[in-house]
Amino acid sequence: MSRLDWQIGTVVAITTDTPRVKTFTLSLPHWTAHRAGQHYDLRLSAADGYQTERSYSIASPPEQTGEIALTVELIADGEVSGYLHEGVAVGDQLELRGPIGGYFVWPAGAPAAPLLLVAGGSGVVPLMAMLRHRQRAGLPNPAVLLFSIRTPEEVIYQQELEDMAAADPAFTLLLTYTRQAPAGWAGYHHRVDAAMLAEAVAYLPGAPQCYVCGPTGLVENVATLLQTQGLPDEAIRTERFGPTGG
Amino acid sequence: MPFINKGFHAKRPTGGAHKLPPGQYETQDFPVLTAGPTPRINLANWEFRLEGLVENPVKWSWNEFNALPQQSFNPDIHCVTKWSKFDTKWRGVSLDTLLEHVQLKPEAEFVLAFSYGGYTTNLPLADLRNGQAFIGLQYEGKPLAPEHGGPARLVVPHLYFWKSAKWVQGLRLMEVNKPGFWEEAGYSMYGDPWKEQRYGSDDDDEADPSSLRR
Repeated sequence: MSRLDWQIGTVVAITTDTPRVKTFTLSLPHWTAHRAGQHYDLRLSAADGYQTERSYSIASPPEQTGEIALTVELIADGEVSGYLHEGVAVGDQLELRGPIGGYFVWPAGAPAAPLLLVAGGSGVVPLMAMLRHRQRAGLPNPAVLLFSIRTPEEVIYQQELEDMAAADPAFTLLLTYTRQAPAGWAGYHHRVDAAMLAEAVAYLPGAPQCYVCGPTGLVENVATLLQTQGLPDEAIRTERFGPTGG
Repeated sequence: MPFINKGFHAKRPTGGAHKLPPGQYETQDFPVLTAGPTPRINLANWEFRLEGLVENPVKWSWNEFNALPQQSFNPDIHCVTKWSKFDTKWRGVSLDTLLEHVQLKPEAEFVLAFSYGGYTTNLPLADLRNGQAFIGLQYEGKPLAPEHGGPARLVVPHLYFWKSAKWVQGLRLMEVNKPGFWEEAGYSMYGDPWKEQRYGSDDDDEADPSSLRR
């Protein structure tokens, strides 16, 4: 069986990450170790023969063998995200193929090679796979996650990220709230800008490999600012998420 | 027996005037998908080249290129990430017009499109002829935005949109089919949306370079 053949996974857990985001953990009969940052294609089939597919980033690390976690944001009027959020329960089956994608992946590399991750909203999902892989594999690469979200209730994986940062001095978590910050918040409270990126880079001991994922506006802006700060194009990998971007 | 997701049904009307290729859904947006930063291109230095298996390579500056005959075209476009967009409105130069400027060597059968920023993608030459392909310069009546591939991108609507190279800088005519950026990463050598040729394994079994469908 090829990793690009369709297989039927079983939902073994569903967690609610935020009011609009759920994580579906699926047990797969033909699990293949993925690289952090890759995705699966998910296909829904109706009784009348209608089928539609979407790609979802893998949130779990390759160390979580036999299963994958897909974190799915509910899109307004979303055909697939709506079905997953409303119609799928533990024990249900879903058709998938993967892992797919060979570019927006973190190959870890030299132990000292720093990692800068910049996420907007649900763009954090493939970056979380990188961070979980880093943690589970015990990789020492210094890492920063700069995570832009609109409001406190939208922070996906908040507790896990805070625990990870508290336990690991080589990992720094930077949150910025673009609309509404929590009461008493002393951190960033505006969109990602040049100064914020320069501070994020300054936490790292050298020029980082950068992975930027989120809505088009954020990704365009951040990638351009990183170029302006002298990082070479090869060091900046991007993936754009949007209501319809994949 | 085919797998059915209980309770799942199409949320939007299907069929009608347009048809969606298998696995696709319609969007009204124009999503952006790019692997790296958007290249910054200075029109004063911009050029477009036809090179490789041609008797005399040609090169156009931005002004020369814009002086070529242009036409409007309104294709449906299909991205491998599953979205399709109907009736997009473009203006640009037909590949037929460009190819009139070169004498092709007889062995030229494939094309590698190459772009500012280093992107490449491969196509059979036959897929660029007879009104099937354009260099798009305007979208919805405005200069093509940088994030969508401006100032100029290849537009080959009958193939998945990654074949429509953004920020295109030129075409290299070749005798053999050579994989480009995404093709090297495992995507289809041809990319027919109607046959759902997303990945290399979706290509016909006989899809060695010499037998790709044209």
